[in-house]
Amino acid sequence: MNQERHIISVIVQNESSALSRISGLFAGRGYNIESLTVAPIPNENLSRLTIETFGNRKTIDQIEKQLNKLIPVSKVVESDDFVEKEMVLVKVPVSQSLSDVSALCQIYNGTILNISDSSIIGMVADEPQRVKFFIQAIQKFHPIEIVRGGVVALER
Amino acid sequence: MQITGAKMVIESLKAEGVKTLFGYPGGAIMNVYDEIYKQQDIQHILSRHEQASVHSAEGYAKITGEVGVAIVTSGPGFTNAITGLANALTDSTPMVVISGQVPMTLIGTDAFQEIDAVGISRACTKHNYLVTDAKDLPKVFKEAFHIARSGRPGPVHIDIPKDVTAQLENFEYPNFIDIPTYNPVSKADIKDIQLAVDAIKESKRPLLYLGGGVINSNSSGLVRQIAEMTGIPAVETLMARGVMGAENPLLISMLGMHGSYAANIAMSETDLIISFGARFDDRVTGKLSEFGKNAKVIHIDIDPSSIDKLVEVDFAILGDLNFVLSDMQPLLADIQPEQFSEWRETIAGNEKLHPLSYEKLDEVLKPQQVIEKIGEMLGDNANISTDVGQHQMWSAQFYPFSRARQFNTSGGLGTMGYGFPSAIGVKVGNPDRVSINITGDGSILMNIQELMTAVQYKIPVINVILNNNYLGMVRQWQTLFYDNRISETDLSTQPDFVKVAESFGGIGYKVSTMEEFEKALKDAVEKNIVTIIDVTVYRDENVMPMVPAGASLYNMMLK
Repeated sequence: MNQERHIISVIVQNESSALSRISGLFAGRGYNIESLTVAPIPNENLSRLTIETFGNRKTIDQIEKQLNKLIPVSKVVESDDFVEKEMVLVKVPVSQSLSDVSALCQIYNGTILNISDSSIIGMVADEPQRVKFFIQAIQKFHPIEIVRGGVVALER
Repeated sequence: MQITGAKMVIESLKAEGVKTLFGYPGGAIMNVYDEIYKQQDIQHILSRHEQASVHSAEGYAKITGEVGVAIVTSGPGFTNAITGLANALTDSTPMVVISGQVPMTLIGTDAFQEIDAVGISRACTKHNYLVTDAKDLPKVFKEAFHIARSGRPGPVHIDIPKDVTAQLENFEYPNFIDIPTYNPVSKADIKDIQLAVDAIKESKRPLLYLGGGVINSNSSGLVRQIAEMTGIPAVETLMARGVMGAENPLLISMLGMHGSYAANIAMSETDLIISFGARFDDRVTGKLSEFGKNAKVIHIDIDPSSIDKLVEVDFAILGDLNFVLSDMQPLLADIQPEQFSEWRETIAGNEKLHPLSYEKLDEVLKPQQVIEKIGEMLGDNANISTDVGQHQMWSAQFYPFSRARQFNTSGGLGTMGYGFPSAIGVKVGNPDRVSINITGDGSILMNIQELMTAVQYKIPVINVILNNNYLGMVRQWQTLFYDNRISETDLSTQPDFVKVAESFGGIGYKVSTMEEFEKALKDAVEKNIVTIIDVTVYRDENVMPMVPAGASLYNMMLK
């Protein structure tokens, strides 16, 4: 069966060990985590995790069921109809052309965040597939560091 | 009135109806042990190793159907308990295990006897708690017992730092608990049940595939009724032995790696697998792609993650088996048992062709003979526990189990050393019946120290060692699959088990004939003291039939 990319969104009660329960489940059962983001949901005692993973249909179904078995997990959403975004920060040497870097960032919904005497920091926020293209394109500016934020997603 | 966290532990256990605690004290749990000392309602049984405490609590839970409770200290006390938790998780046994922890102020400092207990137990419990405030204790206990016994049962671990057990707070035990994120299923959708019933009516060769869920949901009576009214034959997994009763003509036998020929062939020829609380374990299915190839599958389970995990199911019914079968039974009323008589005859033919059997020898006892003899002498009057290995499989094959919960064994995890301490728990939970631990010369040494517990509390477990001077099951695999290279499985270096038993204050027998064995067992039952009967059996016996790992279920070695 095909190893496809899937986004799983998990709503979980805020408790100190919730994240380790979930990451432990993935590690223990041999499921892979491509990226993972966590943050509290405003005004609720809940957090949302967005997990990007690869697997065939059967594996994804099993992941979903195993997640639901964890006591603090409130809801698991797995859908192919998510709006997805990922943010990336990139640091390039100040010797690179500021206007070129800035133009590239703008194409990918971004901007320049900071310029110091040694580096330029740019930011983009775009769909995961486009983020990949951005990371390819930025290579020619000899990036010093690239920080990916992981995918966040909301079902339509 | 304010009470300490330690006293809250005791009051919570009382509120949950706990009568027996198995445990071992130590520094971090001393406040709770001080409260144990001050009260009379709960009996504490001092095991001689924390692993044994948890196994005893599990034996107690399996025989009574109640939540088994064990209590240990921090650090090594807790790490010793891990095997017991893992065992209870794989066998879905309701348990609560309480551990002490270093004071909150010392957590994270590598303090004496500190270990990240909840970090370790996360992978081998249904749920766990680190209690950081005594105010939370009543709620945590209420939740823990609820989670342990509801849904698919399992072990829950509660870790309590020492300063929390000293903290003074008001205590009020909640009557109800609502965990919004935890809603185990109970009744199933009647439409799903109807679809399954229709499939049963259309089938020609249906087969009931019974698992441990039948016992956990107390559905053995219902299952027998359904089998009898429809005439559908049944196979049992290791965990379901006793559900149908050995005398029941509709019971074929155990299936799986060491299942009977007729049971495994029935599973291969059926056109409808009707799974009641079984989970298609690899020891049951053999090669998955060949399993039930000609069959549709009805799978009734309380755990959604069991469904479609290994075998793709045609009819999934999510619910508590007892509710599902109660709803299903009336819908099956118009099935005539004659409908399946041809199918039953085919099975009967296979049973006759290759019954579970062994050859007797004149000069030495066969292990299977000993098990049959125990069955003949004690039958329904005994509860049978086992350790893990050849003796376990022979017990499952040859003991005439007559009721659910009569058989207590480590099924999923396969824990050597489980038998004796769990048989202690069984005896405590059901004192009126004889508690036998059928064991091997390898397994018994893994928790032999429990002789002391059994002597101290007068818990007369009878250990029957089927002694072949081998780690028998591994030796069997070495013989069959490793060109007979007997790597580290020759256990000829042995203690004098009679003296071992006697030195603890129990009694011991060494026997090598059937007359001696009968006499020893009779004697042991009468004396009512913890016993070891060391039975010399034929060394090179193999458990047969055998489906080699990875082979299809119908490809059995028969000899």
